[in-house]
Amino acid sequence: MNAPAAPLSPYSSAIGKPNIEVHTLSVLVDNEPGVLARVVGLFSGRGYNIESLTVAEVAHAEHLSRITIVTSGTPEAIEQIGHQLERLVPIHKVTDLTLRGNAVERELAMIKVAGTGQDRDEALRLADAFRARVIDASIESFVFELTGAVGKIDQFIELMRPIGLVEVSRTGVAAMSRGPNPT
Amino acid sequence: MTNLMTGAEMVVRALRDQGVETIFGYPGGAVLPIYDALFHQKHIKHVLVRHEQGAAHAAEGFARSSGKAGVLLVTSGPGATNAVTGLTDALMDSIPVVCITGQVPTHLIGSDAFQECDTVGITRHCTKHNYLVRQIEDLPRILHEAFYVAQNGRPGPVVIDIPKDVQFAIGTYIGPRNIEHKTYRPRLDGDPDRIEQAALLMASARRPIFYTGGGIINSGPEASRLLRELAGLTGFPVTSTLMGLGAYPASAKNWLGMLGMHGTYEANNAMHDCDVMIAIGARFDDRITGRLDAFSPGSKKIHIDIDPSSINKNVKVDLGIVGDCTHVLRQLIDVWRGRDLAPDTVALAKWQAQIEKWRSRKSLSFKNSKEVIKPQYAVQRLYELTKGRDTYITTEVGQHQMWAAQHYHFEAPNRWLTSGGLGTMGYGLPAAIGAQMAHPGALVIDIAGEASILMNIQELSTAAQYRLPVKIFILNNEYMGMVRQWQELLHGGRYSESYSEALPDFVKLAEAYGAHGIRCSDPAKLDEAIMEMLETPKTVIFDCVVDKNENCLPMIPSGKAHNEMILPGHDAELETAVDAAGKMLV
Repeated sequence: MNAPAAPLSPYSSAIGKPNIEVHTLSVLVDNEPGVLARVVGLFSGRGYNIESLTVAEVAHAEHLSRITIVTSGTPEAIEQIGHQLERLVPIHKVTDLTLRGNAVERELAMIKVAGTGQDRDEALRLADAFRARVIDASIESFVFELTGAVGKIDQFIELMRPIGLVEVSRTGVAAMSRGPNPT
Repeated sequence: MTNLMTGAEMVVRALRDQGVETIFGYPGGAVLPIYDALFHQKHIKHVLVRHEQGAAHAAEGFARSSGKAGVLLVTSGPGATNAVTGLTDALMDSIPVVCITGQVPTHLIGSDAFQECDTVGITRHCTKHNYLVRQIEDLPRILHEAFYVAQNGRPGPVVIDIPKDVQFAIGTYIGPRNIEHKTYRPRLDGDPDRIEQAALLMASARRPIFYTGGGIINSGPEASRLLRELAGLTGFPVTSTLMGLGAYPASAKNWLGMLGMHGTYEANNAMHDCDVMIAIGARFDDRITGRLDAFSPGSKKIHIDIDPSSINKNVKVDLGIVGDCTHVLRQLIDVWRGRDLAPDTVALAKWQAQIEKWRSRKSLSFKNSKEVIKPQYAVQRLYELTKGRDTYITTEVGQHQMWAAQHYHFEAPNRWLTSGGLGTMGYGLPAAIGAQMAHPGALVIDIAGEASILMNIQELSTAAQYRLPVKIFILNNEYMGMVRQWQELLHGGRYSESYSEALPDFVKLAEAYGAHGIRCSDPAKLDEAIMEMLETPKTVIFDCVVDKNENCLPMIPSGKAHNEMILPGHDAELETAVDAAGKMLV
């Protein structure tokens, strides 16, 4: 069999090892039927990844929604994703918050933990340290609400796992740029 | 005239206000109100096709040959799904098409009603944009927006799905002048700094090449004129993709012919060895680039495209310019003239000498025969006997398409209609019908294969009904020729299911539809037979019986680079040309 030949051209997109980056994209769209399907369909149709996705109306009078997508891929793929999104007719604006830097990103999670005795105390102590709130309690369980950066939530979930983690529900990331200007 | 009317009347009125004179369609339950509105007027001519795929390709042929949007009208369910191939074709080749589909009434949507399908869901991936009209108040805006979106920016197909109750509902019509799209504003002018940089890079080039594509045709005839002007000013050689043929005249001295998988030796080698590549309205498709990591390794690349996502998609470029070809070409010419730039004539003369060496390999040559008609010879004779006329050429997909691209030569844009991106067999006949409707007095020829033509042969009935004198020139080699060639290339000559068994008698078939049939298998009688076709003022099927085993060459085998072409007379190399990795490619 032929061994793969060395790349000849520095212009090939296929060159080099893929360096996968995670980017957060903020996408302002017309809040019309099917717009989310267009965005999600674009990702599945072209083989892009979605790590998380949130969507909600953000300006009722103007019929605008914001979709925040965390995606991963090579820098070239992520540049393509931005351009492909811009091509969709109901999309107003696409901002790569990771590329631009200096954005705030937050996620909300609900975490259900079950247990008794010492585990219960430990769960409460950790929740206090993470500033998680108890939003439901029973004799043998808690539901915590935790808001924060993705990493903080990941860390809290890992700590709850040995204590008695039952299930997790996460919103996905919402994000915007810092400073006075719109994202 | 009152502006209060039914939804169906609004559709017809909006088409008229958009300057539409011809539409292609097929009626059905969910579009009956619109057909009734058509019945009551005389401004819009409806062409009844025999299958909705035919309507879509006919609309494409109309659009591609006229520069206007093509329009089709089909019913819900199967009407819409049958149009999907044509819509996808239009999306891949950036053809402006507006497709109006009927839908079951709004209260039945989602109930699996008779002839219901999720048209906007199904067509979301094969349109530039689509709309489901839920209320009559939205209809006029959506109708005009659809034409705007289809025709502006990178053109493409737009679907408007109209439930039957919305067609019956009464509302107030609004004309196109009072409608403006909220967000969609494609960028037309290129960034002036980048134009400046591009002009300077061009002036410093020693081995330049213009690599042009269908975007120039889509931009309008002015873009072709400006390309000629810029090529004249610089003296740079020009090649084109399949979709761009005609934007630059084939008779010009610095024309290299088509590039890519079945392009000329001189075009592909010039692409490989150039030092400055100016890509205009072309998208670095895999048929063009060949092996990506060996694509034109030593060149600086300028890429002009109206679609930002085309830039850096397949090939990284040094200078991307987002803008409409007409605008950017004009800007480039202005800078070139304004700064009094000049090409490096000494280097250019050396480059041209090198190109002449490649050209002297005569990569489009073939061994002619006195016994059997060679398909290339057939296209050559067709070209020679029609070149002075007002001619439009369509094709199906396969070997005949490539031979047509290689041996039929175009001097003007919009004369060459072919399915490039999607590669849709069955495109040529309905597209020819569309082109003939747009240009009633012109000579429209579908260069076809015997397998492709059978995919939409029912449209012969359409051609007969409207007395359209389209000529169907079938290169009949009794094989799906390109499939056969690839089986020879990749699968040891095991011709699995690629023989065209049980073909109809095409002469009798023509007669059955009221058309004229001609068969020719003798090279000596070919000219006479072609003249008979040209002089027959009605639909003609020409069954041109050609060499069954001819391969389409030259060829860049899959996974190979531009400078690894197989030339005519080296067919034996085909069997060993493709390695395991190349075999995986299409």
